[in-house]
Amino acid sequence: MSNSQTPAPGTPLLEVKGLKKHFPIHGGILGGKTGNVFAVDGVSFDIKRGETLSLVGESGCGKSTVGKAVLRLYPITDGEVLLDGRRIDNLSAGELRPLRKRIQVVFQDPFSSLNPRQKLRDIIAEPIINFGLASGSELDDRVGDLLDKVRLPRDAMYRYPHEFSGGQRQRIAIARALAPGSDLIICDEAVSALDVSVKAQIVNLLSDLQDELGLTLLFISHDLAIVEHLTHRVAVMYLGKMVEMADRKTLFSTPHHPYTRALLSAVPVPDPTVKRQRIILRGDVPSPINPPSGCRFHTRCPFVFDRCKVDEPQLRDVGMGRMSACHLDVVPDTVPEANRQAAVAA
Amino acid sequence: MSSSAPLLEVQNLQTHFGTVDGVVRAVEGVSFHINAGETLGVVGESGCGKSVTAMSILRLISTPPGKMAGKILFKGTNLLELSEPEMQAIRGKDISMIFQEPMTSLNPVLTVGRQIGETVMLHEGVSARDAEQRAVEMLTLVGIPAPGRRVREYPHQLSGGMRQRVMIAMALACSPQLLVADEPTTALDVTIQAQILELMRDLETRVGAAIMLITHDLGVVAEMAQRVIVMYAGRKVEEGTAEEIFLNPLHPYTRGLMGSMPKLGSSLHETGRSKLTEIQGQVPSLRKPIIGCAFAGRCPNVTDVCRQMAPAIELKAPNHLVACHYAPRVAVAA
Repeated sequence: MSNSQTPAPGTPLLEVKGLKKHFPIHGGILGGKTGNVFAVDGVSFDIKRGETLSLVGESGCGKSTVGKAVLRLYPITDGEVLLDGRRIDNLSAGELRPLRKRIQVVFQDPFSSLNPRQKLRDIIAEPIINFGLASGSELDDRVGDLLDKVRLPRDAMYRYPHEFSGGQRQRIAIARALAPGSDLIICDEAVSALDVSVKAQIVNLLSDLQDELGLTLLFISHDLAIVEHLTHRVAVMYLGKMVEMADRKTLFSTPHHPYTRALLSAVPVPDPTVKRQRIILRGDVPSPINPPSGCRFHTRCPFVFDRCKVDEPQLRDVGMGRMSACHLDVVPDTVPEANRQAAVAA
Repeated sequence: MSSSAPLLEVQNLQTHFGTVDGVVRAVEGVSFHINAGETLGVVGESGCGKSVTAMSILRLISTPPGKMAGKILFKGTNLLELSEPEMQAIRGKDISMIFQEPMTSLNPVLTVGRQIGETVMLHEGVSARDAEQRAVEMLTLVGIPAPGRRVREYPHQLSGGMRQRVMIAMALACSPQLLVADEPTTALDVTIQAQILELMRDLETRVGAAIMLITHDLGVVAEMAQRVIVMYAGRKVEEGTAEEIFLNPLHPYTRGLMGSMPKLGSSLHETGRSKLTEIQGQVPSLRKPIIGCAFAGRCPNVTDVCRQMAPAIELKAPNHLVACHYAPRVAVAA
């Protein structure tokens, strides 16, 4: 590690506190600011070293924005991002540069994230050269080792991305993310564009690499079944807010928040004999430009009552290490009896 | 399989494309049928020929570079022998299609009412006013709120789920007997997908159209289809009732596909993280003729026979066709 301060034992590798990212909307004749997209509106979590945390939710919930904010691909509106207990959101570009090699990213589409005019060797070597980590024959050895790690043949380094299939290209993108010796890899829908059988190969590769190298993963995905296979903990987002966070088994065996339950029940099960009780949410996700008052999920929640429309529920510990943001958990006596019974029965 | 003639019968369909690099054999001898009112699921990964099969049925393949051979019998008429005007009379009326991308398959400069009404005006010769009336009825049918207002809106004013509902409304406007749905929910979020699947199930009973549902999502097929065909490298490798295919898959590719699909609820059975089954290797190139079984290069049970001789598709269990030399052996090994 290049930074001089060694973190206190037990410090999570990554901490995100009250992260907000609002994108201004410009319009009108003078192009003035006419509003905000509240893409991420107060999200906190941490990831321990060697752990996988998955951010799940539907399009527009802000999960990718969180990933990009952690990568400092744009400045954040409010909140703090800490790496090994040290704030990185307020660092200058120069101060941030040595830390950049510790956080790398794998994007969704390996057809657009790899430069078609570069050979694999140059693609994978670029971060190593950028950070001055190796040169000459040592560089070739490192590229070769990285190709071994992602199970591609070493002679692939003299070929171009178009010669590879989608799954192989995603391996190249993973090799590039590993190249500077990173400890945190952000996978932004990294397997979503791949076919079923190839997806399985990449998911297995990621968990192998994690065990082998002690990697920490922030896995951003809308695919709940994939997440259940590779994650340690899960955070569910809805319209820029976190609604539930728990370890894998707790979340998938007993989903708690009404949105999590609806999300899980909506996933089709590949068994024609299973007929499930399904919570079908009505309507669409509201716009993040003008999010609903109170609980942001109240417009689609099957168990909504008056308080949800005015009072925003806070994320709080509801036992078993689970965090949930729902009025149904908090003050049971203020919840209308019928709603509570409906929620318990569902 | 019913004794009456099926609604659609595809016999030995071959769709090839001539390219500068040689002929791409996208569909190589596929036969299947769809009975009136049933949902047939067509499963396979990218490049297996499932979409090209759908496009061939609607004759949406431009020839050249495409070339189609075989027979596509729709109520006894071979669609491949019809003239283009005759085919136009069938498209959108007797057979209609829902595409994957509701963003790109709607015309951005026409109101959704115009787009739904256009089909009705073309096929039924009704006035523009009646066509709009029909469009409102169709939007109501597919569950769009305030259809009277929405009918005058443009696609960009609608969300992804609503656009897909508009696509379905358009496809159903002339009460088709066969609906070809190519990945109808793939671009949608899972809660919206659940809404659309519920709608399609509901419409299947109300409208009575047969559905050819093309998807790579085994979960969607399990929920929707009565019968399933599995395609690989332009060939049909397995066919059967949904229960047979999902509970007793016989082809090694189908079994690999089922194993590599992550299933929700995996954390309930194991304590640690679990490994998914991988299908090793890549799909073979369709530019070269494949000798022997198309899956031989990736099959865990491959023998010399597989590499030399293509397996015929045979009945290996009641209502269950498999193209594998060793299918019964595979079943025993499980």
